Amino acid sequence: MFGKLTLEAFKHEPSQTFAVISMALGGIALIGLIFYLKRWKWLWQEWFTTVDPKRIGIMYIIVALILFSKGFADALMMRMHQALSVGDAHGFLSPGHFQEVFSAHGTTMIFFVGMGMVFGFMNLIIPLQIGARDVAYPFLNALGFWLFASAATLSLVSLAIGRFSATGWLAYPPLSGLEYSPGEGVDYWIWIVQIAGVGTTLSGINFLVTILKMRCPGMKLMTMPIFTWSILCAMVLVIFAFPILTATLCMLTLDRYLGMHFFTVSGGGNLMMYVNLVWAWGHPEVYILILPAFGIFSEVVPTFSEKRLFGYVSMVWALILITFLSFIVWLHHFFTMGASANVNAFFGIMTMLIAIPTGVKIFNWLFTKFRGRVHFDSPMLWFFAFVLNFTIGGMTGILLSAPPVDFQVHNSLFLIAHFHGMVIGGMLFGVFCGFTYWFPKVTGFFLSERLNQYAFWCWFVGFLLAFMPLYMLGFMGATRRLDHYEEATNWNPLFLTVAAGAFIILCGAVIQIYGLFMSIKNRKKNMDLTGDPWNGRTLEWSIPSPPPIYNFAIIPTVDQIDPLWAIKRGQAPKPHYDYEDILLPKNTPMGLYIGILSLIFGFTMTWHIFWLALVSLFGIIGCVIFKLSSPAEHEVITAAEVKEIEAAYLRRSITA
Amino acid sequence: MTDFTIHHTPDPQADTSLPDPNQDTFFTTVLGFWMYLMTDCVFFAAFFATYAVLHNNTFGGPSSRELFSLSTAFIETMILLCSSVTCGMAMLAALRGKKNQIIAWLAVTFLLGASFMALELHEFTHLVESGNSWTRSAFLSSFFALVGTHGLHVSIGLLWMFVVTMQVFYWGVTVDTFRRLVVFSLFWHFLDVVWIFIFTFVYLMGVI
Repeated sequence: MFGKLTLEAFKHEPSQTFAVISMALGGIALIGLIFYLKRWKWLWQEWFTTVDPKRIGIMYIIVALILFSKGFADALMMRMHQALSVGDAHGFLSPGHFQEVFSAHGTTMIFFVGMGMVFGFMNLIIPLQIGARDVAYPFLNALGFWLFASAATLSLVSLAIGRFSATGWLAYPPLSGLEYSPGEGVDYWIWIVQIAGVGTTLSGINFLVTILKMRCPGMKLMTMPIFTWSILCAMVLVIFAFPILTATLCMLTLDRYLGMHFFTVSGGGNLMMYVNLVWAWGHPEVYILILPAFGIFSEVVPTFSEKRLFGYVSMVWALILITFLSFIVWLHHFFTMGASANVNAFFGIMTMLIAIPTGVKIFNWLFTKFRGRVHFDSPMLWFFAFVLNFTIGGMTGILLSAPPVDFQVHNSLFLIAHFHGMVIGGMLFGVFCGFTYWFPKVTGFFLSERLNQYAFWCWFVGFLLAFMPLYMLGFMGATRRLDHYEEATNWNPLFLTVAAGAFIILCGAVIQIYGLFMSIKNRKKNMDLTGDPWNGRTLEWSIPSPPPIYNFAIIPTVDQIDPLWAIKRGQAPKPHYDYEDILLPKNTPMGLYIGILSLIFGFTMTWHIFWLALVSLFGIIGCVIFKLSSPAEHEVITAAEVKEIEAAYLRRSITA
Repeated sequence: MTDFTIHHTPDPQADTSLPDPNQDTFFTTVLGFWMYLMTDCVFFAAFFATYAVLHNNTFGGPSSRELFSLSTAFIETMILLCSSVTCGMAMLAALRGKKNQIIAWLAVTFLLGASFMALELHEFTHLVESGNSWTRSAFLSSFFALVGTHGLHVSIGLLWMFVVTMQVFYWGVTVDTFRRLVVFSLFWHFLDVVWIFIFTFVYLMGVI
């Protein structure tokens, strides 16, 4: 009846029990608050059933922020434990639990925080930048989000019921095979990643078609904003990479559930095949995360330098080249596998080649600022920190790409310092930059600039303290995933520095959350009434903030790269206003239903409750058939209504 | 600069009662479905690559030469190829708007697809009963996974075909059902192409 699920699954270590109780209390408080404010109907109509990409984007970012707090707590626990666990002291986490914590940290940060932020920004900005009212498949978009949300929920459930995987964020066999990990942990990991991955593939198809088919008249590929280009490239990567992940996870599932022998050597399987397959997805994945950050900086730097982007065409080709090269470098993640020297040399050289287009981008940004009128607002501060961190991370990446060097520092903290430099110093700083930049567009009010700058300095200093010592520790031989070391290593002062850095980052994160709450509280005082607070160049700044439900009352016509600057400088005619009826897709709860059923499916498969898994699978199929058999419904916003809404916005901006 | 501007010219034949008089939905959906097929293609490619790596790892068990019957595989191939032809006939009928012909051809396609599945399941049960199931060796694991994934796709295709046929039966050939027929036929032909690769790489090269 309940498969492998017993009461044993609810017993945890003290630190985990604390997390579970605070999570449960937080959840109860949230539900109570919604009842108190009587917001259930509003939530259902405006958010849960929505197919509006602007709403879906905000939900992506909320889920990503919730999961960020979980992943960040994991990181703090690890760093505190490492600072304490030296010599006779053994820290406060048991070795088994420590393994779960680092596995959960990686899985959470990549699949939910990184991907959630990328897909959030895509939903919010892409339709606005290409002058579209919607995405190509509004329902598919909602479905992609709800699959993502159900996988995120399953990862929170794994904290409370049973144990999470203890096999690292990529679950290499044989450790993740049935023989060495007989428990439910790896199964949790498989279904969390599988459900999130399917959602990502669907959304990837959706946004690729959106960018290819829904651009406004006159916007050719080579006049698209760079952020749109970066998303186009990232979605190409999604489409080619995520099916490999799905297939690899299927094989691991078959090994674990049906006793197949893909990766079990005792049946003739080949475990290095898993590592190859998973990195054939995994390397493009890191570019799926970083390319949108490149796109964000390419929007922010010209706007805050009051100058056109230097080298637009080379920027685009650099993106395309990175997209291509990212598929032929995967072997650099395991030079130590024992491939021949020639194979390693090929992948090493391909890896070094990526530095060329990336360098082109860095120089283009710097040349954009050259003789520009640079504004030192917080988005630009994030950019400066990004250039420094990304260059350091890039240089150490070049070091790692040389196989002989890699043999020395493979799986050491040097590697950890390198890729956190790329993911935090590169991707996350880009996300914060874009968050500050687009926040007034999405919400209609500003974040506090002063608090943003405080948060920035905390993050910047904290980052350097938390990760630069890891390079040294790596050279001194400290491996990753280390839960205890001897006093004689003399590593303790460096680990203490690292932990201190992590706490300074925590201060930055707390300031950001405080700033977010304060700006929501004082939103009446810091409204963005003009819709164009930064003197923007692209189409999203040509409409009011927050954008009306239909985005554009008149679909714009574009003939150059910076269309809004052209209009503002009188180089292009102002659009004239002949309003027409606008058709928008109706809300549907089907995405939410399929998400909930997938959550049940993932949970029951993890615990081998097969009858319920089968029921939920049939439920999903039934929902899909029902959705496909019901006619597409649309809401009409009449020309008169559009005129009224637009006039209200115009009055507001004139009074501003 | 205004030379670059693209003007949407409304199609005089377009059905203006629909929200999308220029039929953008049709081309957008078909393009998106091609994208989906490419993801599926990569998905199959991963299983093909795995089969290529593992097909000699028989772990003391029987090899492909001892197990596979080329005649069964050939009959399966012929059935699936014929089903592609009948699916194409259904599409020709859809272009002419002949509802009954569509249903008839889809029924034939369904029967062919179902008999393909029956043959494949027969082959699988035969292998399992003779002690050569997927747990026997890595080679058999990768064989069952690759061919089984294709079979799963065909089964989903059969369910899908049933749903589309019902829609045509109740609603006739409309903009929506026509688009769904086109998308379904793309899926069905794609499965045929994948099977050609399976027949070549798994059965033909396995027996030679």
